Amino acid sequence: MATVSQWVPFRTLAWRECHRFLRIWKQSLVPPLITQSLYFIIFGAFLGARVGDVQGVGYAQFIVPGMVMMGVINGAFSNVAFSFFAAKFQRSIEELLVSPVKPATILGGYVAGGALRGLLTGLLIFAVSMFFARPAVEHPFVLVAFALLAAVLFAIGGFLNGLFAKSFDDAGVFTTFILTPLIYLSGIFYPVTALPEPWQTISRINPILYLVSGMRAGFFGNPEIPVSVSLGMVAVISVGLWMLALRLLKQGRGLTA
Amino acid sequence: MIALDIQGLTKQYATGAKALQGLSMRVEEGAMHALLGANGAGKTTTIGILTGLVRKSGGTATVLGHDLDAEPEVVRSLIGVVPQEFNFSIFETPFDICVTQAGFYGVPRQEAVTRVEALLKQLGLWEKRALPSRTLSGGMKRRLMIARALVHQPKILLLDEPTAGVDVELRRSMWEFLQTLNAQGTTILLTTHYLEEAEQLCQTASIIKQGTIVREGKMAELVASLDVKRFVFTTATPIASVSPIDGIVCKKIGDLEWDAELPQTGTVTALLAGLSAQGITVTDIRPRNNRLEELFLQTIS
Repeated sequence: MATVSQWVPFRTLAWRECHRFLRIWKQSLVPPLITQSLYFIIFGAFLGARVGDVQGVGYAQFIVPGMVMMGVINGAFSNVAFSFFAAKFQRSIEELLVSPVKPATILGGYVAGGALRGLLTGLLIFAVSMFFARPAVEHPFVLVAFALLAAVLFAIGGFLNGLFAKSFDDAGVFTTFILTPLIYLSGIFYPVTALPEPWQTISRINPILYLVSGMRAGFFGNPEIPVSVSLGMVAVISVGLWMLALRLLKQGRGLTA
Repeated sequence: MIALDIQGLTKQYATGAKALQGLSMRVEEGAMHALLGANGAGKTTTIGILTGLVRKSGGTATVLGHDLDAEPEVVRSLIGVVPQEFNFSIFETPFDICVTQAGFYGVPRQEAVTRVEALLKQLGLWEKRALPSRTLSGGMKRRLMIARALVHQPKILLLDEPTAGVDVELRRSMWEFLQTLNAQGTTILLTTHYLEEAEQLCQTASIIKQGTIVREGKMAELVASLDVKRFVFTTATPIASVSPIDGIVCKKIGDLEWDAELPQTGTVTALLAGLSAQGITVTDIRPRNNRLEELFLQTIS
């Protein structure tokens, strides 16, 4: 059986996705920088001095890993969710469906584009944080691993969101009602161990908690949750969602008649 | 070699609607073939199945010997498709749309750029290459979809009503482009509501009705198989009736206009002679429909 090489299609799709968010940088990259800068000013500079040290670092530094993770997650998720849904809406997704691009390549291309936006957003927020907090980076490889995992996981999540969405409202509903609460309740602004029970146990259901904990371990060491547990948990969820997305794509859910 | 071999194709949608009911057809390599049918007959569903946008319920399809089920990616790499409706990103430029599409077919960027430049120039879109595609006119958007379908140099081009809504001048230039393409060896399957277009361009045709092929063959033979010929003639003065002329039946359709139905063996000379013998002066005579249109109406009614 003849095969069709998937490298050029993958590169083409990933580049198109990157080109899209770079073309609209004022909408895609600047808003999270402004939002996170405001968090740093309000929670870091204004309120941070009153809060004092948390887990051995100043409060402004303590929130940096969570801020970076928030940027990575939101950037990766929204890029794929809206780009994929817009392609469905305009029917330009048919350009891919009629071509010899395999479902895994389609998923990989969108995820790569979304993950790169997430990572770029995270990097920019980290750069901005230097003006407010000057956080130390104890374990750069741990930091990069968690940023990468988060970007991939939420890019896959965004793909699923785009796949299920039937309207632009649907594309935003998950972000508003699920993703945003999960992010804010993942210990970005507080250490989860400081919560009373049962909230501490309930918080452990939130997958973003493991990402924030892992990212914080990359910055400061001393993780609330062991790094191996966090890495394992996030990797398992990522693989599970990848397989689900691939299965739905192969079935042509919402794409073919 | 057979370019397209479709056997017993069926499609039932989730709503229960049966779009295809055992459609079988063959298209020879290098042919320009018309797939004709009324709205909802199953033309677009057939193209959708071949391109992977519609999942078939049953039957088989092979493209240049490659089975659609066993080698879907190979089949899709052999096909270029121009859909009925615009389906490109309105925010992207014609240049980017075509180069990206080439990439999806595995064409390296440098080569894609060369091909896209040639195609956009051929189709008169080069000047518009850097504008957002939403700013293009309807005709330009149609040409953009043709350029996009050709960037990977497909062996078979599927055109689903490519000239719908296109003005006469542009339609003629698109005909010339398609004829050149066909002469260079590309097999073309064309669906169209303009039967004049099909008769002008295609060597073979299939007529689809309620999801099955009811007539097919060479265009000339199909047209010759018409058992009647219809003409409309205009008389100089109003007349009350026309007596039968050698099997020719005349019916009044206006103050001065009459419809004449001639048997296959009937001639216009006999009609005019008969009318003249009855003292009727004819000022104008023309075929009522084009011949393929006549055959089409006869077949689907």
